[in-house]
Amino acid sequence: MRWGRRSEDVAPASAATLPRTAIELRDVAHSYGDRSVLADVSVTLTERRVGVIGGNGSGKSTFARLLNGLVVPSEGSVMVDGLDTRTRGREVRRRVGFVFQDPDAQIVHPTVEEDLAFGPHNQGLPTGEIAQRVEEMLERYGLAGHRDHPAHLLSGGQKQLLAIAGVLVMHPRRIVFDEPTTLLDLANTRRVCRVIDGLEQDVVVVTHHLDLLDGFDRVLVFEDGRVVADGSPGETVPWYEARMG
Amino acid sequence: MLSLYLPGTSPVHRAPAGLKLGVLAGLGIALFAVSRLEVVAGAFVLVLGAGVLGARLPRRALTSQLRPVWIWLVALFGFHLLVTGPLDGAVAVLRLLALVVAAAVVTATTRVTALVAVIERLASPLRIVGVRPARIGLVIAMTLRFIPLVADRAARIREAQAARGAERIRPFMVVPLLVQVLRMATTVGEALDARGADDAPSSRPRRAAAVRSGAPA
Repeated sequence: MRWGRRSEDVAPASAATLPRTAIELRDVAHSYGDRSVLADVSVTLTERRVGVIGGNGSGKSTFARLLNGLVVPSEGSVMVDGLDTRTRGREVRRRVGFVFQDPDAQIVHPTVEEDLAFGPHNQGLPTGEIAQRVEEMLERYGLAGHRDHPAHLLSGGQKQLLAIAGVLVMHPRRIVFDEPTTLLDLANTRRVCRVIDGLEQDVVVVTHHLDLLDGFDRVLVFEDGRVVADGSPGETVPWYEARMG
Repeated sequence: MLSLYLPGTSPVHRAPAGLKLGVLAGLGIALFAVSRLEVVAGAFVLVLGAGVLGARLPRRALTSQLRPVWIWLVALFGFHLLVTGPLDGAVAVLRLLALVVAAAVVTATTRVTALVAVIERLASPLRIVGVRPARIGLVIAMTLRFIPLVADRAARIREAQAARGAERIRPFMVVPLLVQVLRMATTVGEALDARGADDAPSSRPRRAAAVRSGAPA
């Protein structure tokens, strides 16, 4: 099943010819104190759309955070386009954006427009370009009428769109989504799914929402901190559903 | 301050944030230096005019700011009535009224980031002792952003506890809120990293103005 498209949701990203990204994890293990959360993970992600599924506590979110250097592995290495996340974290985070499960934790400025300008400003972009990018995001995601609204008064769906726009405005090459639809109702889930569907960037989506993965190029299944299945959605999703009972 | 900004194109809206804050500070000093009723009353009428006519703010935007303080104004007038007399009471009340309305006009016509940018500029001399003014601005903006969020989480916890039979607030009820806030703080830290907060230039241009005008660098 593909999510129904609406033109305002699926306009391509402004960076017209985005280079592809390659993320390589070699013998990665990670633990928080004594608690091991990932072990023996070796994968290379070059596909445009990669899904990550698994039960609660299976290591999906830690895996996602490894991909843009928010977490560096306890063992092994993570390379993004040849850049080691352990030593080149800032450059990696400029290439790989991250959308969190809870948009409230990602929105750091009081109003919509100001929050959108935060990332490009940190990138040191000229003010004219910041303004242009912000306007583009406001229009594309239907937030123009809310530009001066306090972020805490937006609906859950609008907050998630703002969180996504706040990442897209930085023009990353790949975007990692950590359960972007978990806190949303059906209508907003569909809307966010359409937005992801329409992105020009490479994406990695961690989700419990299996329908979202239809049309993806590859799906990884995590269990107890290990990749236990890796293949197309047609192979992995039914296998995972059968395994979950 | 958290959600009081009302977009507009009036001259007061367009005035620089630094000027508005300077006038507000000057007004505060002047009102406490002068104790003549006609001067204080004139200042009150002036700021009211600046809000309603100059900034074209709806009356509600100003009266809503007076609602939380009216009880204190009544108490202040009552105190002066008993201790010094009605004239001093009227001066004290009008002085506070003028300041509250003036502050309301400034916050309703100025974006938070414009105010934060002024604070960053004022803090720029601290750079010589290693302080990054942009960080101070970010902290202020984030404080304003997260106060309503934490209040909302606290309300949800109160509701959840009420649903389970807790009839009044007890000190231990703050524990789940602290846990939630600390957990959120971890994610916010990650989000700041992910959005390049560490890469921020040491001095921050006036973001809101830049965004609004679309002016080239």
